Amino acid sequence: MISLAGRDILHGWGKFVFTGIGLGLLIGVTLSMAGIYRGMVDDAEVLLDNSGADLWAVQKDTLGPYAEPSNLADDLYRSLQTLPGVARAANVTYLTMQVRPLADAASVGDAAARERRAMVVGVVPGGFGEPGQPESLVAGRHLTRGHYEAVADISTGFRLGEQLRIRRHAYRVVGLTRRTVSSGGDPMIFIPLKDAQEAQFLKDNDAIVAQRRRSAANPAFNRPGQPQVLDAVLASQTQSNSVNAILVRLTPNADPNRVAADIRRWKHLSVYTRAEMNEILQAKLIATSARQIFMFLVILSVVSAAIVAFIIYTLTLGKIREIAVLKLIGTRNRTIAGMILQQAIGLGLIGFVVGKTVATLWAPVFPKYVLLLPGDAARGFLIVVIICVLASLVAIRAALRVDPAEAIGG
Amino acid sequence: MAEPTTGPLGAHPAQGIRIEGLRKRYGRGDTAVDALRGVDMAVAPGEVVGLVGPSGSGKSTLLKCLGAVIEPSGGRMTLGEASIYDEGWRIPDLRALRRDKIGFVFQAPYLIPFLDVTDNVALLPMLAGRPNGESRERARELLAALDVEHRARAMPSQLSGGEQQRVAIARALVNRPPVILADEPTAPLDSERALAVMRILNRMARQYQTAVIVVTHDEKIIPTFERIYHIRDGRTHEEAGEGRGLE
Repeated sequence: MISLAGRDILHGWGKFVFTGIGLGLLIGVTLSMAGIYRGMVDDAEVLLDNSGADLWAVQKDTLGPYAEPSNLADDLYRSLQTLPGVARAANVTYLTMQVRPLADAASVGDAAARERRAMVVGVVPGGFGEPGQPESLVAGRHLTRGHYEAVADISTGFRLGEQLRIRRHAYRVVGLTRRTVSSGGDPMIFIPLKDAQEAQFLKDNDAIVAQRRRSAANPAFNRPGQPQVLDAVLASQTQSNSVNAILVRLTPNADPNRVAADIRRWKHLSVYTRAEMNEILQAKLIATSARQIFMFLVILSVVSAAIVAFIIYTLTLGKIREIAVLKLIGTRNRTIAGMILQQAIGLGLIGFVVGKTVATLWAPVFPKYVLLLPGDAARGFLIVVIICVLASLVAIRAALRVDPAEAIGG
Repeated sequence: MAEPTTGPLGAHPAQGIRIEGLRKRYGRGDTAVDALRGVDMAVAPGEVVGLVGPSGSGKSTLLKCLGAVIEPSGGRMTLGEASIYDEGWRIPDLRALRRDKIGFVFQAPYLIPFLDVTDNVALLPMLAGRPNGESRERARELLAALDVEHRARAMPSQLSGGEQQRVAIARALVNRPPVILADEPTAPLDSERALAVMRILNRMARQYQTAVIVVTHDEKIIPTFERIYHIRDGRTHEEAGEGRGLE
């Protein structure tokens, strides 16, 4: 038996191909939306991987450092290092901000154009293997000096040897790394911890002068005969001893939950294991975005189904007379239903191939990371087939209701 | 025009198709309409008869009953030796009956636009479960007999009206049905082509011993019938035709 659906598609291939391309673009958007969600999850995983920590110690009763603000004294890490099961503990700060290359008068415009939003990470200089340090470099070296060096993610577009301006200071890019991003997808720039603390908490000169004036006017700080009190207060206002989190790496065979419980009990901090931090990132930080994307996926699926249903229904209505003839000359209902079903699935196949291709082609152009997983593509294909089958039901119903007597005049 | 005759059944052999007292009523109660009020008809194998009548006389209803598309309200129909309707259908699978025992030729050819000429004709045997090769071979034989073999690979849209109608006749004949129902087969054709189609129908009817009923009010072809059934107000009466123009 010849394939009626195949012959019909070949006969009107232009109509099918162009409809398939339109549907494919829609499927491409749907796959890209799924890819953006996967990219967000992967960014979160990468963020945790790159921190190189087994535990995150943060300010008590906060979900820091990624989901909520967290402030800790920067000397707390020493006491954590003495706990059983702790191999290394290191301070870290996170600050998302605009970063631009240092510009001379001639290249101000170029520098402004290359300004990037980035997560500036303050880490203890020390090189590979230290908690918080990037795991690998694609060029240059790790931070070794205590000030004014930076390691930048390659996606920032900054070049090795280039100078960046962060707050009031310039930093020379000494290393480039790859796939180090925040949970929001912003690339990371690593700078020494002391510089990061200053960048995070240091005010501008005018604000410092105004604060000094306010402190001097406060009789509690500026007591008669005790000028050293005011000096001490002013000194404390111009330096920061806070960090956002302490990254803890455990010794082999140490139980993360037990060490976390010890830190909570004895150090009065909130502590999260890798699994708990993953849960915070995925269930709290990106949950709203995930729901948003899911809604888009549902809407796009419904729109795709409506398009397939409309196209197949229209194509079927255009063949009512032929269907009546086919029924009159003895074609079984299931043969006619099969023809319409195959056409719908054929349209879906064309659409899926086009959609997968365009999604793959335009994924690198997206500003956010788009991760197209083969499993998602397989699930997408299955959903497309199901949508096509459901969408063809209306047309099949219309075809089966055609009276073969319509082929006979009168 | 020959004198009308009555009592058609006795003059013809029991082969072909026979209809006795066929009735069809649409609707119920006060709104009921009797489209057929007891039609008698018999067409022998190899014979081509005309069925003529004004609009609303019941031609299409009769054709639909003969084609097992709608169910009559009463009467009997016999196809060859087999009773197909006797106050109810006697055949369980009407679709198979239409596919294997009845050929249809329509006013417009209604060829399947996405199949080429050969497959348009071969589709019926394929639907009946015959192998593709055998079905296409049978189609090619008929296309040759109808002088359209050279268009075997063409699509219907590439054919002239006359060629399309010949392909439609080939499709109607391909399963060797004992009866062909032709509904205004020459309406869109000019005189020459209309007569050519009638010549073909007569030749094929004789060659394949098929009974052919041609519903028409085409004045061009009415003189070609040797027997004509007139239908009016749901009843038929038979008259002899002129039987000319087919030489």
